[in-house]
Amino acid sequence: MFLINCPYCGERDQSEFSSGGEAHIERPKQPTELSDDEWADFLFMRKNIKGIQFERWNHSHGCRKWFNLIRDTSNDKIHGIYKMGEKPPKV
Amino acid sequence: MSKFRINKTNFVDQTNRISFKFDGKTFFGFKGDTLASALIANGIHLVGRSFKYHRPRGIMTCGSEEPNAICQINDKSNLTEPNVRATEIELYEGLEANSQNCWPSVQFDIGGINNLISPFIPAGFYYKTFMWPKSFWKTVYEPLIRKTAGLGKSPIKPDPEIYDHKHVHCDVLVIGGGISGIISAKLSAKNNLNTILIDDKKELGGSTIFQDNEIFKINNKISKDWLLNEIHEIKKLKNLQIKTRTSVAAYHDYNYLLASESLNDHLPKNEKDRSVRQRLWKIRAKKVIIATGAIERPLVFNNNDRPGILLANSINKYLNYFGVTCGLKNVIFTNNDSGYETAISLHKKGLDVKIIDLRKRSGSELIKETEKLGIKIHWNSTITNTFGYRKINSIEIMSLSEDGSNVIGEKNKIFCDCLGISGGWTPMVHMHTQSGGKLNFRETDQVFIPKEFSDNRISVGSSNGHFELDEIVKSTNQTVKKFLHIQDTDLDDTNISCSKELEKRNIWLLPNYISIGKNKSFIDFQNDSTAKDIKLAMREGFKSIEHVKRYTTTGMATDQGKLSNMHALGIIAETAAVKMGSLGTTTFRPPFTPLTFGTIVGRSVGKFFDITRKTPMHEWHVKNNAEFENVGQWKRAWYYSRDNENMHQSVQRESKAARDSAGILDASTLGKIDIKGSDATEFLNRVYTNAWSKLSIGKCRYGLMLNEDGMVYDDGVTTRIGENHYLMTTTTGGAANVLSKLEDYLQTEWPELDVWLTSVTDHYATASICGPNSKKILKKLFSDIEFNDQNFPHMSFKNAKIDGIDCRIMRISFTGEHSYEINIEAKYGNSLWEKCMEAGKDFNITPYGTETMHLLRAEKGFIIVGQDTDGTMTPIDLQMDWIVSKKKYDFIGKRSLYRSDTMREDRKQLVGLLTDEPNTVLEEGAQIVYDENKKPIEMIGHVTSSYFSPNLNKSIALAVVKNGRKLKGQKLLVPMRDQTINVTVSDFIFYDKNNERLNA
Ligand SMILES: [Zn+2]
Repeated sequence: MFLINCPYCGERDQSEFSSGGEAHIERPKQPTELSDDEWADFLFMRKNIKGIQFERWNHSHGCRKWFNLIRDTSNDKIHGIYKMGEKPPKV
Repeated sequence: MSKFRINKTNFVDQTNRISFKFDGKTFFGFKGDTLASALIANGIHLVGRSFKYHRPRGIMTCGSEEPNAICQINDKSNLTEPNVRATEIELYEGLEANSQNCWPSVQFDIGGINNLISPFIPAGFYYKTFMWPKSFWKTVYEPLIRKTAGLGKSPIKPDPEIYDHKHVHCDVLVIGGGISGIISAKLSAKNNLNTILIDDKKELGGSTIFQDNEIFKINNKISKDWLLNEIHEIKKLKNLQIKTRTSVAAYHDYNYLLASESLNDHLPKNEKDRSVRQRLWKIRAKKVIIATGAIERPLVFNNNDRPGILLANSINKYLNYFGVTCGLKNVIFTNNDSGYETAISLHKKGLDVKIIDLRKRSGSELIKETEKLGIKIHWNSTITNTFGYRKINSIEIMSLSEDGSNVIGEKNKIFCDCLGISGGWTPMVHMHTQSGGKLNFRETDQVFIPKEFSDNRISVGSSNGHFELDEIVKSTNQTVKKFLHIQDTDLDDTNISCSKELEKRNIWLLPNYISIGKNKSFIDFQNDSTAKDIKLAMREGFKSIEHVKRYTTTGMATDQGKLSNMHALGIIAETAAVKMGSLGTTTFRPPFTPLTFGTIVGRSVGKFFDITRKTPMHEWHVKNNAEFENVGQWKRAWYYSRDNENMHQSVQRESKAARDSAGILDASTLGKIDIKGSDATEFLNRVYTNAWSKLSIGKCRYGLMLNEDGMVYDDGVTTRIGENHYLMTTTTGGAANVLSKLEDYLQTEWPELDVWLTSVTDHYATASICGPNSKKILKKLFSDIEFNDQNFPHMSFKNAKIDGIDCRIMRISFTGEHSYEINIEAKYGNSLWEKCMEAGKDFNITPYGTETMHLLRAEKGFIIVGQDTDGTMTPIDLQMDWIVSKKKYDFIGKRSLYRSDTMREDRKQLVGLLTDEPNTVLEEGAQIVYDENKKPIEMIGHVTSSYFSPNLNKSIALAVVKNGRKLKGQKLLVPMRDQTINVTVSDFIFYDKNNERLNA
């Protein structure tokens, strides 16, 4: 069970959070211009990395804010947390 | 006093006699005894039967690793508890325990016949044999296996005990209260660190407090006395919380640990008195020191499982801690020095003892002392057989060949009534590996030890592979100093004297003149797997330890292989001629020892299992005989039974009344989201499929929300309250998820939008009044509002007051009737409801529940998201093309509606179904087919909603059918278990197609 440092509330137990999958997958601005394959790529394809992964998390039982989190999926170490819209820190 | 209770100790109060029952017979023990020590004092070793062969088994250990002495506790009021280890049950007045796994009794066990036919029960026997003939499984094999095997009886009534949870934070958590744990806890607490020390026994001290030998001294005191003084000292430390009778079950990421504390199991029955039985500690520690010690290994030889065969160190504990001897004529069989401590203890108590040692010779302090005392040592020898059915009575020994692979020379028989075995020690690395730590294999003494420490977790003492007293004290001191950044400690110049082990000889499977196929060398005592089973598994091609383990079931019993895993690995390595370190270990999974379900759920039982949400009108529904259904966490009135009506009768009556005159529904549970901000209209345009720009203030509109994959996600009516203010309604079950989804888009995809969302579901109560007389009822309630179609048309809203209280009235309809929804602040919900009932009295206003609501909307062909849709339905599939805007550039899910798959014509589409026989009501979920005779039968769809409509006087159904749009008039079949129902595809709007009743 992780401890997650919510950028708005501080360190809290993982049970207060929910994971929102891979981060930095931006919704296309002009979906109608995309081919089926390009749209499917946005919609379905996720990397599921073993190692350093950028993820979206939501403090769902707290401030309800979304933020990004850098996690090593092989050992669950958290290497950085940053707000939506911010540039990821160097790992 | 019994002949086995030979000694007075500080730990058992021999003035305090306790009576208890074992297998129905009354015995006596003392306060401080465990069930195991009390049984041994009474000369009882045979306490159970083995799982597969039903061989007699005795107490083998004194701790949580016990594989044999597994009991059923039966004294609790209406709880029987299986799989409790006799070695861990503290004796209390009124204890009633039974042996498990025996039928009809422990002395005579019918399953014992398995022992005689055991050549025919090899590894994988159950997989291989009980597969055929198939009909035998239910009638013969299963009942027999259940009766004679199985581990205990499950309780069949609810657990009456109270369990508790507690969260705690600390700087340092020390797991294990033996000598290294005590040293660690003292160093930590004395350095101003908030420290918790946890141990599973009732007293601290581990195995040092029953070591009574002049050879082992710390600062010139016998190690036991030194440690007792340390325990006395640490109890005074302010920063230290000591939790005994507490077992750490799991070590999760980020130093989050779960520990189960036993609070009243040891109390006499009459003192338990509704107190908390067990408490689960949820511990978040900044740093963790693992001091869980080591477990003694058995030796694997022929017939090594008889009652009276115990681990050597356990014999020592029974003797020096409980004052009980396991036998009068003892033999210690060992490959290391620790067995000699037990031998010396036995000798000093005047008991007969002999030693059999695998090693060729050794000259350590302990061995010199043993020889000085005149104890006979058989060097370079092994046991080839043991005898005695209910308890061991003799053994047969032989000499070992030079390389240890064979036995040589003569067979010698030695009579004994107790055999202590010691195959060395296995560090308890469970906590280390559970936390993610890796292991190294140390060849010299064949142990897995922690490979690395981290900044917030270390292992010390014998759990870190240190077995000599001086090494334990000094390395624990050094390691903890570094870990906690401590400068100088009292222990820096401690003076320690002890014996040092000089020789080692490890043989995983001891040689025998009887072939492996014909002898019984047990590895896993609880699951009855032998060395032969492991070899057979390997011959059959299993190579990985994880596979061998599962095939032979070695290490898979309730003790999780605490005694067996190392031997299984060793024998695999020997057989395959590979290095043991290269095999790896099986995974150490939590919990370390079994947890009760009660501990896991704590107080979350019964009505505290989940939140129950009730509307403000709930009590009214209860008083008026409503049956409730669960919708998410909500209790919704399902139907109101009058004059002993059944559900069908109530629903028929309610449905008729709603269309004939007036019905009233508690719609408070519908999700409500308040939407504000200058971009609120643009936001709605993006989240709903239809257009919102032209909705004027005071008007309502139905909206359909998709997922990005184009599938219908939720629906509801949204009302424009003001220029930048909307009130959205969602389905009851979808409310929380819709809010989360909308928040996600606002925060991550469209942060530029000025929109604010607030959940107001619980803030308002909603009464929905429908039917041809609804307008008249509303007029009585709100005399100052004009209810004509010009002033208050369908799909519009008005602010109003009732008795001076603000409310909102929406003229919207989910039944197809002329209908109004009144929203009021939740606390006035019940009085609003009562006023509606009063005003509707003259019009036979009839409260109706969710079942009638479902029926009425089905007559109108309105979908329910989640019932008529299942996450694979697009709006086009639902024949709701009209609600999908062609003009809007984008909305959530739009692009997916033009994927090749979503445009397929043969997708399942919503249709109506009419049964050819109008009184036959279809089953929801029933499959629909074209042709029953063409095999395999093609399933082309299923029924999603089905009712008998009292207003149409026939059965109606909604269904999804492949290519359904084009099938109107088509005859289809619904095959059921006892008949095939003929149906015809129809329009899915069954009632009032032209919406005439909305404006009536
Ligand atoms: Zn937060």
